[in-house]
Amino acid sequence: MIYLDNAATSWPKPPAVAEAMVRFLEQVGASPGRSSHRLSVEAGRIIYQVREDLAKLFNCPDPLHIVFGLNATEALNLALQGYLRPGDQVITSSMEHNSVMRPLRALEKRGVELTVLPCSGEGFLEPGLIEEAIRPNTVMIVLNHASNVIGTLLPVREAGRIARRNGLLLLVDAAQTAGAYPIDMERQNIDLLAFTGHKSLLGPQGTGGLCIGPRVDLERLEPLKRGGTGSRSKFEEQPDFLPDMCESGTLNAVGLAGLGAGVRFVLAQGLTSIRHHEARLTQRLIDGLRSIPGLTVYGSGDAHQQTATISFNIEGLLPSEVGLRLDEGYEIMCRVGLHCAPAAHKTIGTFPQGTVRFSLSLFNTEQDVEAAVDAVVKIAQEGKASAPYQSQCPLLG
Amino acid sequence: MKEKNCGVVLFYSNSAAIRAEKVTLEAGLAVKLIPVPRNLSSDCGVALRFDWDDRAEVEKLLEATDVPFNSICRI
Ligand SMILES: Cc1ncc(COP(=O)(O)O)c(C=O)c1O
Repeated sequence: MIYLDNAATSWPKPPAVAEAMVRFLEQVGASPGRSSHRLSVEAGRIIYQVREDLAKLFNCPDPLHIVFGLNATEALNLALQGYLRPGDQVITSSMEHNSVMRPLRALEKRGVELTVLPCSGEGFLEPGLIEEAIRPNTVMIVLNHASNVIGTLLPVREAGRIARRNGLLLLVDAAQTAGAYPIDMERQNIDLLAFTGHKSLLGPQGTGGLCIGPRVDLERLEPLKRGGTGSRSKFEEQPDFLPDMCESGTLNAVGLAGLGAGVRFVLAQGLTSIRHHEARLTQRLIDGLRSIPGLTVYGSGDAHQQTATISFNIEGLLPSEVGLRLDEGYEIMCRVGLHCAPAAHKTIGTFPQGTVRFSLSLFNTEQDVEAAVDAVVKIAQEGKASAPYQSQCPLLG
Repeated sequence: MKEKNCGVVLFYSNSAAIRAEKVTLEAGLAVKLIPVPRNLSSDCGVALRFDWDDRAEVEKLLEATDVPFNSICRI
């Protein structure tokens, strides 16, 4: 079996992730920040260490300004719904995931002005467009660090400079880059960084969060949820300090224990070596796929301008058909369709049919890439000529 | 430490208390997170107990490392 769906959720995980979760369940168990007995304090220490490790990975100025939640979606909703008000303008790109686009479209209905900057067919954004779109009521720039459809990197550093020069906040959706590509909140002028735990940070599902930089006005940031925090319990009002202000309800402590192990694995490997390995395999995969007749491979074609995510289509075959043949004929797991990003597919010209997406992780090998290319060669050769595919699954067959 | 004169740092947030413990332990101080003593009131359930002789150093460390705390009391 070859797993090439890491942009959805990475798999496998380093063994230390499951070990940390088992250790937490068997030996700690308690809720962090709720009680003052030793197990609760130990749970608090484990969670706090995750904040420090993430702060190190992202160069986030203050580990206490990292708020945990379920995933990147929750973090993005907190940043967008919590910060933007009717009359504000927000600038984003046409390569965004629906976890940015849907909250923004909803806010637009409530009076937030939304400017969606067009990207090229390869997913690139011309930074000059950002500057041109700024108006007196602009409050925030929101950018996907890398496309989850074709991997193309967006110009976060330039956007950060523009944001700083114009007194705007920069919110970065790092779902596809956290743990795979270097991120430096201070040097890149990132004010709000949304991450998810279950992709390249190698943690389990149900973990993620928002890193909040010093330029964010906390008085303006409305929490998505209010409730118990274990602090200021005398009061019926929500605390006004981080992380408690935005962390109501019992945390997914066991998941965060696993996330911590994943982040420490990434730190120990080093982003440079992870990136080197992934870029090398990505280029092989791109070149291999591009050499197949009848294939369209989307994106830049240059592994240095993208993450390890590649989209393609085979002439005459629907993405869903290709995905099924890859799974049933070759045990290759990929993701087909629109990848929750209709805007990105419109930008690259693959809406509404979508694409076949291969996405690698640091655990993939050259053999995986060769096997995937060989499988696509065969499927492309069979093409439509083959009999309508008979699924071996009795329920679907 | 129990017989000696001790102080506690009170915090707003549990996460800050945990960070304070880490910072002071790393500096080689003898500290312990304990439930907030009954006669004191605090926003968070744990307090950091330390040797009162170390008071100046504890305070300096917390300030130098940006750990937000509520107050310091002798117990
Ligand atoms: C670019 C991008 N943003 C946001 C998300 C949302 O992440 P999650 O589903 O973990 O909330 C994803 C992945 O699904 C993504 O690829």
